[in-house]
Order: sequence, then C-alpha cells, then structure tokens
Amino acid sequence: MQNKVSSMLDSNCIKVENVNKSFGKKQVLFDINLDIPYSQIIGLLGPSGSGKSTLVKMIAGIDIATSGSVYLLNEKMPKLSLMNKIGYMAQSDALYEELTAEENIKFFASMYGLSGNNLKQRISEVMKLVNLSDHLKKQVKQYSGGMKRRLSLAIALVHEPPILILDEPTVGIDPVLRKSIWEELYKLKNSGTTIIITTHVMDEVEKCNNLGMIRDGKLIAVGSPAEIKHNSNSSTIEEAFLYYGGASK
Amino acid sequence: MRVKAIVIRILLQLAHDKRTIGLMILAPILVLTLMSFIFDGSNYHPKIGIINAPISIVNKLEDNDAKIIRYTENDAYYALSLSEVDAIINFENGIPKITLEGSDPSKSQSVIKLVQNATQQPASIAAKPDITYLYGYENMSSFDNFGPILIGFFVFFFVFLVAGVSFLGERTSGTLERILSTPLRRWEIVLGYLLGFGAFTIIQSALIAWYSINVLNIMMIGSFSLVILVTILTAMVALSIGTFISAFANNELQMIQFIPIIVVPQVFFSGLFDLSTMSTWLQSFGHFMPLWYSADALRNIMIRGKGWGDVSFDVLILLLICIFFMVLNILALKKYRKI
Repeated sequence: MQNKVSSMLDSNCIKVENVNKSFGKKQVLFDINLDIPYSQIIGLLGPSGSGKSTLVKMIAGIDIATSGSVYLLNEKMPKLSLMNKIGYMAQSDALYEELTAEENIKFFASMYGLSGNNLKQRISEVMKLVNLSDHLKKQVKQYSGGMKRRLSLAIALVHEPPILILDEPTVGIDPVLRKSIWEELYKLKNSGTTIIITTHVMDEVEKCNNLGMIRDGKLIAVGSPAEIKHNSNSSTIEEAFLYYGGASK
Repeated sequence: MRVKAIVIRILLQLAHDKRTIGLMILAPILVLTLMSFIFDGSNYHPKIGIINAPISIVNKLEDNDAKIIRYTENDAYYALSLSEVDAIINFENGIPKITLEGSDPSKSQSVIKLVQNATQQPASIAAKPDITYLYGYENMSSFDNFGPILIGFFVFFFVFLVAGVSFLGERTSGTLERILSTPLRRWEIVLGYLLGFGAFTIIQSALIAWYSINVLNIMMIGSFSLVILVTILTAMVALSIGTFISAFANNELQMIQFIPIIVVPQVFFSGLFDLSTMSTWLQSFGHFMPLWYSADALRNIMIRGKGWGDVSFDVLILLLICIFFMVLNILALKKYRKI
C-alpha cells in the first residue's frame, strides 16, 4: 500500500488530492485534484474570491485542507522541514514598513537559515534582479506599491527554493520590469524550479506551461494554454474561461 | 538563530520608531513626576471662619496651622456657600457650633480633628505617647506609599499596550502569516518577542526605577537590583498577556478597548486604594491579578526593606503567570499554522 502510494507520487513535484476546504459553514474549495510535474510554470487563473489564494496557501503549508491531502516532493504537507523548499509570496505585501528594505530581506533570509557571506551575496543578487539595488537603505513605507511587490518577490527568491508559490506577483509592476521578471522565472524553471503563479492578467497566462482555471472553488479546466483553447474552440484564454465558466453552471 | 533574528528585528523596529520609545520611557516618567507633585505629603491646612469664639481657642487653632478668618454671622454663611472657607465656628453658651462646607470628606475630617484638639482640656499633657515606626517614617508622604505600585503599574500598562499593538500589527499586516510560511517554529516567535521586548524593557524598567528613586526621592531602603528584577518580570507578564489579548482584537482601537477590562481592575486591587474594609471574598480577587504580586513585592522591597526571602513567592507567581501565557501564545498561533 505504502509503496503504491509513493510510486504514484514520484513523477510529480506537487500533488493535490481530493482537497475540500471550508471556513466554518462556507465551503470555498470543492474536490480539487491537481498534479504539477517538476520544472514547470503553472498558472492558476480565476476571478478574485474564487479560492486561488486558499489553494496556494494549502500548498505552501500555511493552511490545512478540511479533507483531502497535499503532497510536496512526495511528502505530505504541512511539514516544517518542507517549508525551507518553498518560496512564498503572499497576495498582500507582508513587509515591515518601518524597517528598511535591507533589514526586511535580511530578516526573512535568516528565517530560512541564511547567514554570513552567502546571505549578503544572495541579497545583492535578488535585489538586482527586481531592480531595487539602489533602494536597499530606504524604509519600506517610502516604497511605492510596485516596489513593495518587487521586494516581496525578492524575499521569496532569496533562499533559492525548488518550489516557488507566487500569489499575484506582477500586480502594479510596469511592463518592462514584468518582462524581465518573466525572463527570470523561465531561467529558474529551466534550472529545475517548479513555479505556481496565480493571476488574473490574461496575457500572462499564455506564458505558463500549464493552466488551472478556478471558479467558485472548483477547478473547471486543466491543461496547456493551447489545449484549453482547442478544447473550448476559443481563440483566446479569456473566451475559454467564459466557455468553461458557463459550462459549469 | 531564528530567535536572534526576531530579537534584532524587534529592536530595529523600536529604533526606527522614536515615538514609541518616547511613550514607553518618557510618559511614565512624566506621570510619576506629576503624581509626586500632587501627593507630596504636606498636610492640608483647613480654612476656618470664626464668628464668635474665645481668644484662647482661636490661638490654639492658629498654632495648629489653621487659617483663621473673622466674619459677621451673615458674611460667614455667604463665604461658606462660596466654599471660601471649609467650616464656620460659632460659640454659643460655651459650646462650639461647627458648620462644615462638607463636600470633601477629608477636609471635613481635618477640621473636626483640629477643633477637637483645640477645645480639649490639656490634662493629659504628661502622657505624651512615644511613637516609633516599624516601617516608614514620620511625615512619610502618600507618594512614598503608592509610588512602588505606580512603578509596577506604568511598566505593565505601557508594555501591555505596545507589545499587544505590535503583535496585532504582525497579524493584520500579513507578516505573521508570511513568517509562518518559513520553517520558523511557533515557540521561536513567542520566545523572540519575549527576548526582543525583554531587552528593551530592561532599559525601560531600570530608567523608570532609577528616576523615581534618585530624582523623585521616593522612599527606597531595599535592594535596587531586586526592584529591577520585579519590574522586568512585571514587564514580561504584561508582554505575554498583551500578545495573548491581541489575538482577540481586530485593530488597534479594539486593543485599547481591553484596557478597562485587563488593566484598570488591576489598579484597584493592587493596593493603590485601601481595601481592608471590603469583604474578604472581594479582596481575594486581587490574588488573581498579576499586578497585585508585583505591587506587593515592590512595596516590601522599597518601603519595608525586605530581601529575597520575602519576595521570592511573588517573583515565583509572576514567573508562572508569564510562562502560562507564553504557552497559551504558542498554542494560539496554531490558528495561523497547524504545525
């Protein structure tokens, strides 16, 4: 029995099995099943309030399913030792406003056990990546919305996690920087990182390897952008979403 | 390692927030200073209006520092109605008739005592009692008496508020959820908070105690290091209760709303007011309040000069309360992450 389960899980980095989630009497997720292979960018698409954030929180190990299980790297979540393998960027910028950007990133990096030269080097690398190297000494409360987003992203990347979970990472970021961030995400993906992104920006969706469409707490379609468009006879993802959304009713 | 990072972060946050530092150190010092002015211990000298009295009695009243004003009968009652004097004395057939203004019981008491002294026959002058003080001293001011309680109270109040609001901010800004998405253990957060604020409250407690003793000259005959130990423990208790209570508040205003429930009753039962006339079962409420133990220990050290042996029980109770709420805090964090 045990062997069967582990052999079943081997091929996928993340496995979500029959997950239901309720807050009190209100059920927000219904029987979610999702397999995410290694080295992929998977986009979770859906309107706000659809349950995307709740799903990624369970994958990140912060929340727990009411029933069903989440497996990461063949181990059942939540598990403290797995938390090190995840870089999580929440939907709200969870930053200490009165601290400088450098103090913020240093603090979070030490939560992941980084220290010394390694810490300094990683901070300068990720801050360069999000184009904030010149604003390290600034207090976060003086940052603009987009800068805070970028700093949150840098913090999620700082400990080089094999799994990245980004909840609406590009909100408030200009197109030029967004492009360079996507280039970096591809680089990470190609070097073996598995990335989950939630979004409701349609043009970003096309850049993902696979998509999961969520509506009213149900996973209504899974597949590559091309498959989803083909299966629904749509020319754009937006059309496909409307098609599946309508069909589910 | 992670605990150390949290400690450093809390101290950095405080360092960036000058106003909070000011609140935690200068506000208690300001209020203590004001209270020392108000309760400086000098006795009240009643103002007495005289309509008709033997000169010997008037002289005796003046010897006892009463302020004497002579009136005609009509003027006297008018002055009394304007509260210009505390009482009027009129001798009718050799019997003193006193009319009191009466709105302040303590003033009325001091007038009656004064008049009784003045009209008493000086028969028992030979038997002047020999008075010695076991604790305290003659002319000890009431500030000396409740100053130790105030030191404990202000440390408790400000640490409760600042630690509670700070932990609340961690919940509402999402940073708590964010740090719980790291391998950080729940007890590491709680310990980090304890040590981070602890480091700061050592400075705070020491400054407040030093100021009260050396600048305000509050009575202090015990060990300074014991005073510091008790105030720091008081701060730790306030910290653990404050962070625990913050779980039940959704914003800063709601945190303030807990003050009348958590802090104010402790003031009444900590010994600031004399409760010995209260029924015993009501008095025993005090024993459920951390500030009672803190006040008891500080009074014993500062006024009665007692040592470790006499305050160790209070210290132990404070320590247990602190540990109890720490454990509760660790369990309460389960709401945010199950492991």
